[in-house]
Amino acid sequence: MAMPLKEIETLIKEALPNAIVEIQDLVGDSNHYSATITSSDFSGKSKIEQHKMVYNSLKGKMGNELHALTIKTKE
Amino acid sequence: MDQQVKDLINNEITNNEVCLFMKGTPGAPECGFSMAISNTLKALEVNYKGINVLENESLREGIKEFSDWPTIPQLYIKNEFIGGSDIVKEIYENGELKKMLENKGINFKK
Repeated sequence: MAMPLKEIETLIKEALPNAIVEIQDLVGDSNHYSATITSSDFSGKSKIEQHKMVYNSLKGKMGNELHALTIKTKE
Repeated sequence: MDQQVKDLINNEITNNEVCLFMKGTPGAPECGFSMAISNTLKALEVNYKGINVLENESLREGIKEFSDWPTIPQLYIKNEFIGGSDIVKEIYENGELKKMLENKGINFKK
């Protein structure tokens, strides 16, 4: 189970086109990432809703191909 | 989802004010993210029930569907889904978690 950083970034940007996406491969194994996503689409939404928007953009890969992605969302 | 799993989850989150669906147990977490929430709750001296999803494959999958959330751990307080480890970390650090515990009448170390 692994997923290239670029693919994660592309999927998030497809779903949230105006987002600024910063991703770090935490240990260099293409399996543990940390992402900071800044988007005006998050405004007025709860943290749970914001994180769900990111999870949804990954189309079911979270928890499967992608083992660990720490998410931080900013408006 | 299996009705039995749904009932099990409903029972746990109804009968335990603070409920953590996790990998491993509060005494021996088997995943760093589960350990992180566990440690936060311990630091706040919150009395919580840890439910080890590794002991029950249908619960492990069921809780994801139940909460519409793809990852574990998952924290529930008074029947309400609070979030996973990222959200819990964030609301702990910005003070919202304490406010939430206070508002919901949960005992914790102030």
